[in-house]
Amino acid sequence: MRLTLQRVVVLVSMAATLVVAAWAGHEVFSPPPTPPSAIGGAFTLTDMQGRSFTDRNLVGRPTLIYFGFTYCPEICPTTLAHMTAWLRALGPDADRLNIVFVSVDPLRDTPAQLRLYLSNFDPRIVGLTGSEAAVAATARAYRVYYRKVPLTGADYTIDHSSAVYLLDRRARFVEPIRHEATDAEALAAIRRVLGR
Amino acid sequence: MNRRKFLTAAGAVAVLAPASAFATPDRRAGEVVVHDPWARPSMPGAPNGAAYMTLQNTGNRPERLLGGSSPACARVEVHEMSMAGGVMRMRPLAEGLVLPPHGEVRLAPGGYHIMLIGLRGPLRSGARVRLDLRFERAGRISLDLPVEIRPDAPNPHMGM
Repeated sequence: MRLTLQRVVVLVSMAATLVVAAWAGHEVFSPPPTPPSAIGGAFTLTDMQGRSFTDRNLVGRPTLIYFGFTYCPEICPTTLAHMTAWLRALGPDADRLNIVFVSVDPLRDTPAQLRLYLSNFDPRIVGLTGSEAAVAATARAYRVYYRKVPLTGADYTIDHSSAVYLLDRRARFVEPIRHEATDAEALAAIRRVLGR
Repeated sequence: MNRRKFLTAAGAVAVLAPASAFATPDRRAGEVVVHDPWARPSMPGAPNGAAYMTLQNTGNRPERLLGGSSPACARVEVHEMSMAGGVMRMRPLAEGLVLPPHGEVRLAPGGYHIMLIGLRGPLRSGARVRLDLRFERAGRISLDLPVEIRPDAPNPHMGM
């Protein structure tokens, strides 16, 4: 009788150990996702009116944030045009978002240049610039890659990450909307974070 | 709602009509044929523009687009966009754009484009812009490009 009970206890312990090991093994062998908390953070930049604009200004509403530059002949106008179309498709829900364009070319993208350039797009888009150091710190926080590349003479272009980043109401990173995403995919992601 | 539908349809026809009814005729020089050249509208505050087309090499030997000029801008260069790891890059093709024998190369948004650097004035939708291209063998081809909004180069004022 005791032997049988012992055996049962041993068998159950072995089974439990296997279950725990399998669960733990799964945790170990599936690669961990990049923690969302690693993307984003505090920043201090300047808006198109020359006023200070920080990450605190984002808190309270979900944010679409994109890093680009106004001398970009192709990608940035296309992305901003898509963002303008998303806002139109969202209707009144668009007013529940922050929409931010951060320049990675603060040398040429002054507040006045941002005002002029962004006048082509939805007026709710906030343009941000700042010192080279402030822009670099912001890009670093958002894990955004950018690099100045000389062209002919004094001209240059800037390689840069091309995704639009979606943040929640507390300015925490949710997911990227990749350049190749369709408008339908973008709108679905935005609506998810709006809670619809 | 009906009015909006009508305007959307009218807008679509207005965009499509030039492409079908008044398509820019092909231009040729030597063994090079230029199909469907067009430029996208520029925006205030954006000093550079872009032009696109399909270049066909009908000959047996490789050809190269070396560069060009336009009265509409200070400088013309041929550029390539490429995406790797989510990062978009743009580079001038210092050696020009190679057109393989009996081949065709498409310049389109997201890929190759003719960059119009230092625009002297805005490129407005509906206008035309003169662009001269210089080929290694074929020499010069003069083009008269329509400035247009196209779906793969979306404009903020276009319905989507």
